[in-house]
Amino acid sequence: MPDPLVVVQNLKKWFPVRLGFFESIFSRKQLYVKAVDGINFKIYRKEIFGLVGESGSGKTTTGKVLVRLLDPTDGKILFEGNDITSLSGIELRNIRQKMQIIFQDPYESLNPRMTIFDIVAEPLKVLKLCSGTELEERVYKALENVELVPPEEFIFRFPHELSGGQRQRVATARALIVNPKFIVADEPVSMLDVSIRAEILNLMFDLMEKFKVSFLYITHDIALARHVCDRIAVMYLGKIVEKGSTEDIVYNPLHPYTHALMKAVPNPDPNADRIEVVIKGEIPSAINPPSGCKFHTRCQRYIGDICKTKEPELKEVEKGHWVACHLYD
Amino acid sequence: MNILKLEDLTVYYETQRGYVKAVEGVHLAVKEREALGLAGESGCGKTTVALSILRILPPEGIIKRGKILFRDIDIAKLSESEIREKIRWKKISMVFQGAMNALNPVYKIGDQIVEAITTHYPDVSKEEAMERARKLLELVGIEPSRVDNYPHEFSGGMKQRAVIAMALATNPELLIADEPVTALDVVIQAQILKLLKDLKKKLKLSLILITHDLSVITETCDSVAIMYAGKIVEKGTVHEIYTEPLHPYTQGIISAFPNLYAPRTRLSSIPGFPPDLLNPPPGCRFHPRCKYAMDICRRKEPPLIDSGGGHLVACHLIGSE
Repeated sequence: MPDPLVVVQNLKKWFPVRLGFFESIFSRKQLYVKAVDGINFKIYRKEIFGLVGESGSGKTTTGKVLVRLLDPTDGKILFEGNDITSLSGIELRNIRQKMQIIFQDPYESLNPRMTIFDIVAEPLKVLKLCSGTELEERVYKALENVELVPPEEFIFRFPHELSGGQRQRVATARALIVNPKFIVADEPVSMLDVSIRAEILNLMFDLMEKFKVSFLYITHDIALARHVCDRIAVMYLGKIVEKGSTEDIVYNPLHPYTHALMKAVPNPDPNADRIEVVIKGEIPSAINPPSGCKFHTRCQRYIGDICKTKEPELKEVEKGHWVACHLYD
Repeated sequence: MNILKLEDLTVYYETQRGYVKAVEGVHLAVKEREALGLAGESGCGKTTVALSILRILPPEGIIKRGKILFRDIDIAKLSESEIREKIRWKKISMVFQGAMNALNPVYKIGDQIVEAITTHYPDVSKEEAMERARKLLELVGIEPSRVDNYPHEFSGGMKQRAVIAMALATNPELLIADEPVTALDVVIQAQILKLLKDLKKKLKLSLILITHDLSVITETCDSVAIMYAGKIVEKGTVHEIYTEPLHPYTQGIISAFPNLYAPRTRLSSIPGFPPDLLNPPPGCRFHPRCKYAMDICRRKEPPLIDSGGGHLVACHLIGSE
């Protein structure tokens, strides 16, 4: 096996719940939202690793913790073999040059009062990498790389003058301008029309090939993940319930949750199977998650008390295919 | 029997730089108890069509010409009070895009549904209306007792259900749903789509479903109209459109779709951007992005013609054969 670029070990992120005045006097226990609750994975070089799950499963929090926008509660993050879990100051800034993030909503992640030039140039200025003509050249190059051509036409515009797809290209250019090794892409196309999603995703592929970048691709759409990712991890309430190669996950889903997610994906082909509502209700609160297996309240294949009382461990059932479910004990 | 028929509907928005030709010469018919999907990219005019049907265009929106026939009433010609009296919500209602985020946070869900009822039927007492609100919540799969909850106590999926209940409050015959599942997760999306299908059957509704996502239409609708830059470019049954798309734009959006079970491939896309509708391109509005564009496409606008069996298409490739 090649050495991994990013290693995540037993990563936890708990947010303390703020209580009201009276509650804080009378309740003895501090409550936490366990957004990420002990997950492990590795991302190799030139790999797109997918993190799939519903809203509230902790996938965005994981992404933010990885690039250290949030501080982890517990666990370790190794980047190129170095522990970056508790870096700060100048060291953190140096590592930021190598890891960047693209946010979900291109309508909110670009400052409306900055021109495209300033938006794309900002990382270079913040990290004090270059200035003057070199800065200008790099901005032009970055815009060309994301196919906003000719760059002269875009540099003086403001975000509101661009379409959603163009904005997401600007966000991509901003992430790429510092030549990162690793990019977290948090639902980069979910706000875009289906017809332009393909363009943005293909652009990401090309850039990955060209600049040898690894991606953590966060999405709720398992059909997109299927086309984008090399490996996929499925998250539910802060835990990874299944992890494996994309082919394993799609053609041989083992966890009932993965199975349900796949059944819920609508297919444009009228001859294909129609969607099934396999699981009822919505994801439970992460403040007070169900005991045992966190999915047991919605599970179709509940096998008895063990699901309620004992939390299943993530086990390797086939080579490289991991699942956390008592069905496979 | 058509419940709704649009004839040559043309809607412009007046701006300082001229008219934005948002909808141009749209012909469309919805049969009784049919579910029609209206698909297209952002800015293609699909929401404008819906707003025109209910006559709730913003002040700068003008219905330039054309008819909006509900049975035999021309909605385009009615006065504001007649529309309120006869059509809006009583016959045709709508689930707006993002409406679940537009619920008033300081009113209880029940009161907001009651408001929808009493606004349109001032004679109904508040108690009767509240009883109806309970029934409606039950109908959309929410505990009736939750009329006393505030919106923040509902999850996203429940808010969407409540908004659907509100649209059904006055027993309309035609429901327009604008991107009803766009901001929802797949699991919740599946639940809402199933709800819409069930309600349509149970209440004998006709449905217009507006979305950019063809798969959502395949799940719920009988026929599809594809819109591009303010025009209908193709219309047919869901089956016809998917298995033999005739317009290059339709072919483009179908092949851009990620299929879960297909081998992992590079997704195809339609290059370019939709045109600026202040100055739409002459001839076929799709020609600047079309890989089959011919000379005639730049000069002459293709009419919407029947290619056989009610499958309509507006493309010179089909017309000249």
